[in-house]
Amino acid sequence: MKKYENFFFHAQLGIITCYNFIMPVFVKDSEKCVGCLICMFACSRAHQSAGLESSCIKVRSQGGISRGFSVFVCRGCEDPPCARACPEDALIVRKGGGVLLKEERCTGCGYCVKACILDAIGWKNEKNKPVICIQCGECAKSCHYKVLEFVRK
Amino acid sequence: MIKDDPLKRVLYIDLTKKRFWIEERPDLFTHYIGGCGVAIKLLDENCSPDTHPFSSDNPIVFAVGPLTGLFPIASKTVAMFKSPHTGNLGESHAGGRSAIAIRMAGYGAIVIKGRSERPCYISIHDNKVFFRDATTLWGLEESAGKIIRNREPGAGLRTIMRIGPAGERLISFACVTLETYRHFGRLGLGAIFGSKNLKAVLITGKRDLPVTDFKEYKNLYLDLIRQLSESEKMKKYHELGTPANVLPLSFSKGIPIKNLLDTELRGIENISGENFAQRYLARRVACAHCPVACVHLAALRKPYEDEAYFYRTVYLSYDYELIYALGSMLGITECEDVLKLIEIVEDMGVDAISTGVTLAWITEAFEKGIINEKQTEGIIPQWGKVDSYIELVRKIVYSEAEFFKDVAKGIDFVSSKYGGKDFALTYGKNEMPGYHTGLAAHLGYLFGARHSHLDSAGYAIDKEAMIKPVTAEQLVEKILNEEQWRQILSSLVICFFGREIYTPEIVLKCLKIAGFNLNEEEILRIGKKIYANKYSFKINSGFDIENLTLPKRVFETPSSNGLLDKDFSDRAITLLKENIKSLL
Repeated sequence: MKKYENFFFHAQLGIITCYNFIMPVFVKDSEKCVGCLICMFACSRAHQSAGLESSCIKVRSQGGISRGFSVFVCRGCEDPPCARACPEDALIVRKGGGVLLKEERCTGCGYCVKACILDAIGWKNEKNKPVICIQCGECAKSCHYKVLEFVRK
Repeated sequence: MIKDDPLKRVLYIDLTKKRFWIEERPDLFTHYIGGCGVAIKLLDENCSPDTHPFSSDNPIVFAVGPLTGLFPIASKTVAMFKSPHTGNLGESHAGGRSAIAIRMAGYGAIVIKGRSERPCYISIHDNKVFFRDATTLWGLEESAGKIIRNREPGAGLRTIMRIGPAGERLISFACVTLETYRHFGRLGLGAIFGSKNLKAVLITGKRDLPVTDFKEYKNLYLDLIRQLSESEKMKKYHELGTPANVLPLSFSKGIPIKNLLDTELRGIENISGENFAQRYLARRVACAHCPVACVHLAALRKPYEDEAYFYRTVYLSYDYELIYALGSMLGITECEDVLKLIEIVEDMGVDAISTGVTLAWITEAFEKGIINEKQTEGIIPQWGKVDSYIELVRKIVYSEAEFFKDVAKGIDFVSSKYGGKDFALTYGKNEMPGYHTGLAAHLGYLFGARHSHLDSAGYAIDKEAMIKPVTAEQLVEKILNEEQWRQILSSLVICFFGREIYTPEIVLKCLKIAGFNLNEEEILRIGKKIYANKYSFKINSGFDIENLTLPKRVFETPSSNGLLDKDFSDRAITLLKENIKSLL
């Protein structure tokens, strides 16, 4: 449990804070999120697309905009449930956290999306395949309000 | 336009037959870009000149542009309809999540026609349209949005446009509220929703969009986002928001006070943007795909009078126009009072500017004895007294009394019937925005195709005129040029706050990425054509360009540019008429 000791998840407020952990992108302060979705568009561009479908970040209001927003990004788990849920072994656990998608193996069953309780996997309808975080930090770099932070280890 | 861009798809919805279909209209978007350019063509195609605003044949048109979803701040939706408030062109713009939602659902425009037999709401999820029963939502104030939110999928990316009791009861200046805090405010779209038995429209979708050159797209995007986030030009909207204007405008005597009886108000510093921010600002939010976050939400804490230690905290969005219309115009000098009025205006679903100006007219008419307690059902309107104004807003929406039924048609109607026309601040039947900076502002309201201060930003022209006087010819030229250029910005649906960053050069670069190869000359020609199309629709629908006059009151109270000269104004009006008629 030691490596989790600096990880805090406040479900009600939707704040996920993580320090000194392997994940390079983390939600530093979702209270400052203005809901502009610039991070989602940045994530799409990192996946060589314009628009929103190729984004794996989720920004949601907490039941009405007056209560602010929750931001969901990939934690880059060391033992990722998404990879465990994949019946085709299409998600390869990456050294140092996160997963890589072997597209040719993926059948589009969507179990990985259901397995991720942070809702941090996107879905590309045209290909019928998931969109997986590549831990590039583009989302955090694009956030004008420093809701997300990117630390390259 | 890029061949596989979904922008060319127009979704038609028939509420009478509960049918929907999609038509591909690349012609429209190629010639008129999107937004207001496409919307006026669709309105023209679907609404004949003699259509009554409340007829089931009056369509509601929503349109977005090619840059929506591709570039930041191209985040507005243009709504067009025949206005129940003026009887001619109704055009209103709103942000929130609407533009991104329409684009991501795969459409460039949506046309809603017909009338539902029973109250209903429409739920658009990509290619599917659902007609849901809204009988149980009818009559609800703000909770209708909550119920729809809980029942429908698409959280995070959807827009929910809904009306309040004012729309249901066909108040001619009822608005449509989006995402709780954004509005299709002016000219009565809410009443058109109500006349169609349409409580709400929900739209959601998620898709990728094509671009001509991805590398160039990325570079241009990053450059724009940097400018929008860091430029001094955006700082005003970014920090205090538009309420930053309150003190400078008050200082230059450009903010209307008490139905424009004055431009000075003791204690106005209490309702400044600075004071609102220090005492009540609770959160800032943004429209989808805009880094500026100009939407300022105030937290208003209200104690329960009958029970100790129970409070209700409501969040309300405020901006300059609201502080003017529901504050200075009524002689109110307390933030809390302005917020209380904003709350009732939000709950009822009426346009804030028209409501404030109407309340101001009622107060002066009452003072002058034109109306009395019999008409107001015992309410005594008084400058600065917020409680009576709250009661009046409720009466305008709910009362069956003849006077309030008349007020619900706007002050042009009510002042024609009861008298008090000289101090009725209306322009082509629409109520006055919050700038008494000089003649350009007033001519902008009067001749602007949608009677908005944003048609030509006359206040900015007035600001220049304070330093360097202009001739009537120069003034008219500036107004027309600005309004025609703004047809392009609102066809691309770029928020006008970003207008200094989206220069013609940048606009052309962005359009190239979206597959439109145009030069500056061509684009200005398109702007002129869209402007002419709007005016043709207006005049065909009975807009009387020959008999347009400014309210008498504006010549009686000195503006930021001093007392307005009637002869100068008449000359400019003649020139504007000639110029507009030559375009048709």
